[in-house]
Amino acid sequence: MKKYKQSEITPEKIYKKRRKFIKSIGLGMSSLSLSTIPFLNKGYSQNKNELTSYEDITTYNNYYEFGTGKGDPFKNSQEFVTKPWSVTIEGEVDNPITLSAEEIISLFPSEERVYKLRCVEGWSMVIPWMGFSLSKLLNKVSVKNSAKFVEFESIYDPLQMKGQKYPVLNWPYREGLRIDEAMHPITTVVTGLYGKALPNQNGAPLRIFVPWKYGFKSAKAIVKIKLVENMPTSSWMRSSPREYGFYSNVNPNVSHPRWSQATERVIGEGIFSPRIETEMFNGYGDEVANLYSDMDLKKNF
Amino acid sequence: MQKYIKIPIFFLSLLPILIIFYQIIFNQLGPEPVKEITHVTGNWTLRFIIITLAMTPLQKFTKLNFWISYRRMFGLFVFFYASSHMMTYVGIDYRFDWSSISDDIVKKKFIFAGFLAWLLLVPLALTSSKRMIRLLRDKWKKLHKLIYIISLLGIIHYLWLVKVVTVEPLIYLIIIVILLMLRVKMKFN
Repeated sequence: MKKYKQSEITPEKIYKKRRKFIKSIGLGMSSLSLSTIPFLNKGYSQNKNELTSYEDITTYNNYYEFGTGKGDPFKNSQEFVTKPWSVTIEGEVDNPITLSAEEIISLFPSEERVYKLRCVEGWSMVIPWMGFSLSKLLNKVSVKNSAKFVEFESIYDPLQMKGQKYPVLNWPYREGLRIDEAMHPITTVVTGLYGKALPNQNGAPLRIFVPWKYGFKSAKAIVKIKLVENMPTSSWMRSSPREYGFYSNVNPNVSHPRWSQATERVIGEGIFSPRIETEMFNGYGDEVANLYSDMDLKKNF
Repeated sequence: MQKYIKIPIFFLSLLPILIIFYQIIFNQLGPEPVKEITHVTGNWTLRFIIITLAMTPLQKFTKLNFWISYRRMFGLFVFFYASSHMMTYVGIDYRFDWSSISDDIVKKKFIFAGFLAWLLLVPLALTSSKRMIRLLRDKWKKLHKLIYIISLLGIIHYLWLVKVVTVEPLIYLIIIVILLMLRVKMKFN
């Protein structure tokens, strides 16, 4: 990971101030300019929620490759080597390709995307990601018509990832999306957060983020993107098919077999702040509900 | 002599909850404080169940009687931590939102197991006084065998809750099973 000098890092307070400033310019100039700044004015964070602190985002993680405790990823990932790193895009594509993480990051300029992360465990964060639409990357390889699904594979490196020494999950971590989900503009290849390079514990050097699905759908430290004809089986589906469906859209009306999904706790709030109601598609229904218009989401959970 | 040991043990047993209060006041419970309190009180409930269940075998094996004199105190700490655990869930997490809570109890088997375990603890706590022991005699012994079922419900509650089974609940499970099997063995000896 690139080392940043202390002076290069934008302090969180200033970062938040700048964002406010940019927003205020947008508001001041015209409503048109506001809507043209991509994702700056999207949904949840703007009216309902503050950004989660950098500290909470980077010390409270589910990343079982580095351990099952929430603090384990931060503790155990600091020495993780992400250079060199290559990502292979293969399967039902005209031009399979292997690119280094640096190439990907420089080929597709990142922009700030503030999205809410809703974990299946019933908590959420609002994160200022840096990234670009996965569709841009996929378009580079010319996806064939036969490709109906995308499978993501995360790195397998038990020497560096001590969690992988135990069969907690079927390693390497696998996740998948339907092709139209993968091509959706808000499906993001994440390269950073809070204007900095992506910390190891958050999935460096590259991860996927799918805002309207539970957090585990967003694979970290990806090394392979495979376009396939049939629905892939994700690591969590393999672990417990009854509990983790392929779609795993955030849905307050479909309970996880073991806990309710109707409400969530906002990370970083004190002990006396109440849970908030979970929104359908995590609040991104306007963008993505049409993908599922003819589907029973209770069956296809 | 025993009294002098009992008092420090009492305060030692209170330490986990005192630490939680300290952490609440100084904001040291991390990004998800409510979950942290729930987990810590739940863990200590199981630990005190194990400690309580260990007293009788320890007495048998060491042939020292004083172990038994701590059993009731530890048993009451089980009830204390189980109640703190449940009150965290009911009062702080769900803010007495009874419809959500009852929905959880019916639909979520891990909540059901936990709730049932707590419910079964109530009569044990209520009949823990010396007077009740004398009053109930044989029935008291029978009634307090409920702790075996409670211990199993407690560990099932934990195992059903985790996303993937990790070392900690397994260790609790193994210890509880050993402690229960010792009783079967003692009975047949």
